Amino acid sequence: MIDGFIALYIFMLAAFTGYEVIARVPVILHTPLMSGSNFVHGIVLVGAMVAMGRAETTLELTIAFVGVVLAAGNAVGGYAVTERMLEMFKSSKGKR
Amino acid sequence: MGNFSATAIQASYFIAAALFIFGLKRMSSPVTARSGIVWAGVGMVVATLITFLTPGMGNYLLMTVAIAVGGIAAWVTGRRVAMTDMPQMIALYNGMGGGAAGAIAAVELFAGDVHGTAVLTLGVLGGIIGAVSFSGSLIAFAKLQGLIKRSIRFSGQNLVNIVLLAATVLAGAAIVVHGGVPPIVTALFALALLLGITMTLPIGGADMPVVISLYNALTGLAVAFEGFVLNNAAMIIAGTVVGSAGTLLTQLMAKAMNRSLANVLFSGFGEAPATEGAAGPAGTLKAIETADAAVMLGFSEKVIVVPGYGMAVAQAQHKVWELCQALIARGVTVKFAIHPVAGRMPGHMNVLLAEAGVPYDLIYDEAEINAEFETADVALVIGANDVVNPVARTDKSSPIYGMPILNADKAKNVIVIKRGQGAGFSGIENALFYLDHARMLYGDGQAKAGELVQAVKAL
Repeated sequence: MIDGFIALYIFMLAAFTGYEVIARVPVILHTPLMSGSNFVHGIVLVGAMVAMGRAETTLELTIAFVGVVLAAGNAVGGYAVTERMLEMFKSSKGKR
Repeated sequence: MGNFSATAIQASYFIAAALFIFGLKRMSSPVTARSGIVWAGVGMVVATLITFLTPGMGNYLLMTVAIAVGGIAAWVTGRRVAMTDMPQMIALYNGMGGGAAGAIAAVELFAGDVHGTAVLTLGVLGGIIGAVSFSGSLIAFAKLQGLIKRSIRFSGQNLVNIVLLAATVLAGAAIVVHGGVPPIVTALFALALLLGITMTLPIGGADMPVVISLYNALTGLAVAFEGFVLNNAAMIIAGTVVGSAGTLLTQLMAKAMNRSLANVLFSGFGEAPATEGAAGPAGTLKAIETADAAVMLGFSEKVIVVPGYGMAVAQAQHKVWELCQALIARGVTVKFAIHPVAGRMPGHMNVLLAEAGVPYDLIYDEAEINAEFETADVALVIGANDVVNPVARTDKSSPIYGMPILNADKAKNVIVIKRGQGAGFSGIENALFYLDHARMLYGDGQAKAGELVQAVKAL
C-alpha cells in the first residue's frame, strides 16, 4: 500500500519531473511530444485491466470492458502515430 | 507465490515509470526522439503483461478480447491516418484514455470499493475529469474531422457551463459523503459527459489544438487520480508527468498562438469573426508568371520558404522540397521558416515537411530566423497567410494584433503562391500581398511548385 503522504510526495516529484522534461523542447517537436505524452497516459490500461479483473456484476463488467477497449486504443493508437511521426525526422547530415 | 508476484508487479511498474520518463526526455530532441517512443513502448508492454499476474483477478478471456479489439482498431487507424489529420487522431486517442479513466472510476464507485474521504474524492475527481476529457475530445475530433462544421454558440453559454459544473461538483460531493449510490453515480457521469460537450462546442477550429493539449493534460491528471484509487504507482507517476508536461505544452501552444487559455475556453473567437467593412490595405495585388518567378528564385543567393497549412492541403510539400533541392543544386541557400501555428497545431508543419523528406536542420522556427529575412533575396510564401501578415505588428484594431509573425515582408522580394485572391483562416486581408516588392503566383500549390521545378531546372 502506498501511504497517503508518500503518495503526495510521488505526486509532487512527478509533477516537477514532467515540467522539467518538457521545459526546453523546441517547437518543432510539440506535436509529436503531445502525441507521445498522450501515449504515456495509455498506462490507464493497467488500471482498466485491474478494474475489469475485479468486476462482479454485469454492469461493472460492461463498463470495465468498454474501459479496457478505450485504454488499449489510447495506448496502441498513441504509439502508432507517435512512432510514425518521429521516424520521419531526419537530418541532412545523414543517419545518426 | 503472492509475495513473489506482488514484488514482480511492483518492480515492473517501477521500470515502466522510469522508461516513460526516460522516453519523454529522449522525445524532447529530434536526434533521439525516435528511440524515446520505443523505450516508452517497452515500458508499456512490460506493465501490461505483468498486470495479468495481479492476484485475485478474473475475466481474463474477456479482458484479452477487449485489449485485442481496442488495440487492433487503434493500430490500423493509426497506421493509415494521413499526416494532415494527425491532430484529430491525437484528440481521439486522448479521449479514449479519458474515457478509460472515467470507466475505472465508474466501476470502482458502483462496486463500492472506494473507502476513505481522500481516496473517494480523488476517485470522483478523476472520474469527472476523465469523462469531460472523453466527450470534449470527441467533439474536438468531430470538429477537426469536419463532422461538425461550425461552432455552436448560444447566449448564456458560459452560464450553462457554470451551472453544469456546479451540478457535477454537487453530485461528486454527494458521493464523497454518502458513498457510491448508483443513481448519483449515474448522474455524475451524465453531467460530466454533458459538460465536456457544452464546453467544447463553442470553441473555434483555430483554437482546437490548445484545447486538445489541455484535454491531454487533463486525461493525465485523471489517470493519476485513478492511480491513487487503485494504489497503482505507475499510473500515479505516468499520469502526473503527463498532467504537468501537458499543462506546460498547453501554455506554450497558447502563447505561440497569441491566445490566453481563458480566452480560448470562454470567449469563442478562433472561428474568425468576419472582418466587416474594414478598409483593405493600400496598394494592388501584382501577379507574376511562373517563368519570372523561377528566374527570381534561381538567381538568388538565399531563399527562405514560408510554408503554411494551405501547402499541406494542396499536398504540395513533396514538390516544394523538389524545388528546394533544385535550388540547392544551383548553389542557392534554402531555409524553411516555420511559424508555431503553421500547421493545425504547433509543430504539425514540421511533421508534414519531415514526411516530404525535408531534413530538420534546414527548418527554423520564428525566433531563430526572423532576423535573417532582411538578408534573404526571396521569401517564398506557400499557403501561409495570417502568420506573415504585417498588420499583426502595426494595426491595433486587428484581431491578430500582437501575434508573433514571420518577417517575410523584410525580404528583398516576396513571392506568394496562392490559389486565388481571398483572406486567410482568420478572415483578415493580408497587407503583405499588397506590398511593392510582393508578387502573387496564382494557382494550385502543387501544380505551381511542379512548374517551378521544371522552370528552375531549365535555367
